[in-house]
Amino acid sequence: MIIAQQKPIKEIATMVGDCKRVALIGCAGCVTVCLSGGEKETEIMASALRIMRRLEGNPLETVTFTATRQCDPEYVDALEGLVKDVDAIISLACGVGVQYLAERFDKWVVPALNTDFIGGSTVHGIWEEKCGLCGACILHKTGGICPVIRCSKSILNGPCGGSQYGKCEISKDVDCAWQLIYDRMKKLGKIDRLLEIQPPKDWSTSRDGGPRRAVREDVMIG
Amino acid sequence: MSYLSKLHRIFESGQFAVTAEIGPPKHASAHGIRHHAHMLVNHVDATNITDCQTAIVRLSSIAAGVHILDCGIEPIVQMTCRDRNRIAMQSDLMGAYSLGMRNVLCLSGDHQKFGNHPMSKNVYDIDSLQLVQMVRRMRDEKKFLSGEAIKEHEPRFYIGAVANPFADPFEFRVDRLEKKVEAGAEFIQTQCIFDMERFERFMEMVRSRGIDQRVRILAGITPLKGWRAAKYLQTGVSGMLVPDSLVERLKKAEDQKREGIEVAIEQIKYIKENVKGVHGVHIMAIAWEEVVPEIVERTGLYPRPRFEDRDTAS
Amino acid sequence: MTCSGNIDHRVILNAFEEGADGVLVAGCLEGDCHFLKGNFRARKRVSAVKKLLDEIGLGGNRLEMYNLSSAQGGRFAEISNEMTARIRELGPNPLNNAGCHCGCHCGCMKEGGSE
Repeated sequence: MIIAQQKPIKEIATMVGDCKRVALIGCAGCVTVCLSGGEKETEIMASALRIMRRLEGNPLETVTFTATRQCDPEYVDALEGLVKDVDAIISLACGVGVQYLAERFDKWVVPALNTDFIGGSTVHGIWEEKCGLCGACILHKTGGICPVIRCSKSILNGPCGGSQYGKCEISKDVDCAWQLIYDRMKKLGKIDRLLEIQPPKDWSTSRDGGPRRAVREDVMIG
Repeated sequence: MSYLSKLHRIFESGQFAVTAEIGPPKHASAHGIRHHAHMLVNHVDATNITDCQTAIVRLSSIAAGVHILDCGIEPIVQMTCRDRNRIAMQSDLMGAYSLGMRNVLCLSGDHQKFGNHPMSKNVYDIDSLQLVQMVRRMRDEKKFLSGEAIKEHEPRFYIGAVANPFADPFEFRVDRLEKKVEAGAEFIQTQCIFDMERFERFMEMVRSRGIDQRVRILAGITPLKGWRAAKYLQTGVSGMLVPDSLVERLKKAEDQKREGIEVAIEQIKYIKENVKGVHGVHIMAIAWEEVVPEIVERTGLYPRPRFEDRDTAS
Repeated sequence: MTCSGNIDHRVILNAFEEGADGVLVAGCLEGDCHFLKGNFRARKRVSAVKKLLDEIGLGGNRLEMYNLSSAQGGRFAEISNEMTARIRELGPNPLNNAGCHCGCHCGCMKEGGSE
């Protein structure tokens, strides 16, 4: 899922500093699962902003709502009535949702979150980056561990000379992906595959090739 | 017989090679580079010029190479994968060759987190193995990475890579070295050796697979200025192994710098006599280049061979 | 509530927004929670709200969590006095004095200020 984290409350407050009435729109998708933009987080943020602004003697009116998702036009359309009379919309969705709201409504839309990465939870409360969004998956070559994103240098013929004690040179908290790949392939009896030289990656399917699009013609009924 | 470079020729003639390293400055004057080059010119066969080592912005390797070539030393250009994509790399390689560079060392490069510009975007378009392969292909197949032909004047480098016997997983290190040789690496420089026992185990595995017959290996040696330098390398640099006994030895010494030089000399002598499969030594004395001549002389590696004829490609 | 673990950030924030000068959360002694970990959850949530209260300028000191058993009558009196003294020192909830013209139900604009 997409993992995002809240910006500091002061930063968000500054973004709507000149507003009198704002809508805080949460999202019941990924950000609910990673506990940064769901219903609860939206209400807490609204409360916090109201208190902050009252202390400044410049009260803020808030309207809160949690959309099913902010990345589908029909769910965004449904917010029309809600956001009609606000000066700004604070979106607690990932960067995608913020953009959908901004495009659909002629309102000032600001992001409450920093969209960080795509990944999953390890233990409750910790989420880690797992996928490099390269558009040309090679997980079958590396025992199911992504070298594009979990190796800090995106090495395809790893490990580099900075791998020590199973950790990446950049931090003791980061596992060396290639140590993990080596261990996994060894366990699966497929070490010989790591002796093949992987050719340079075609990055054109990744962000490097420009904004991407996916199409399923068979579901497009006109 | 035509040789790709002087270093290539030294190896081919069966002699124990000596290379050293120069780190370019954090400014735009070549004065210091030339000064160091003059210091080393009679004591080495070729010299590496680092490529923004530890991701700190320094005068470029290729430009520095032009300066030291002018001082009479053969450069080994270093190229990391961190800062350039395949387009810039091939372009720089051709430029370097046109300026007289004949050796290139291909490496991944330290992550920019260590450097003075940690906010920069990193490139890592291709990795060090793919870079070796690419340089080899440009030379032997006269092709760009894209497959397009290089119609004339292809760059013909003598290709080097690095090996780190002290990183993990240890068992896989020799596999990776072999992969680099498969990819086209012709000479290897190792990470600096302090844990001799581990290096010997590494070389045993290398010999058992015949890798020493396929590639020239230069043992990396760094003279330490004192126990603090040793400690720093031990704890602060990923992929280094420094035994406590060495730190202690330096600590106890009356003149730590002198002791550091003695240790380096002992290591080189030991390797020359006892570790088969090593074809030379790579002395990394960054910021201490002045001790290289003494080390070369006292390990019986002076004078360096000279070739009067002009067999080397130019 | 049946367990301090039921405490929600919003309940605490709501109390302050409605004019409370301080909030005291009393949970069972650690290890004694009838629902096993409820009081640990409460501790974490209270900490998070304290931090938020600091960031928004109301002050995390106005909120505190104490652990005690329902049998500790004396201890309860003790913490109540402790908290009251602390809040007295901090003064009334600043929201009660903040000029508020929004017409919302925020409990301000009392004549003479709140107690």
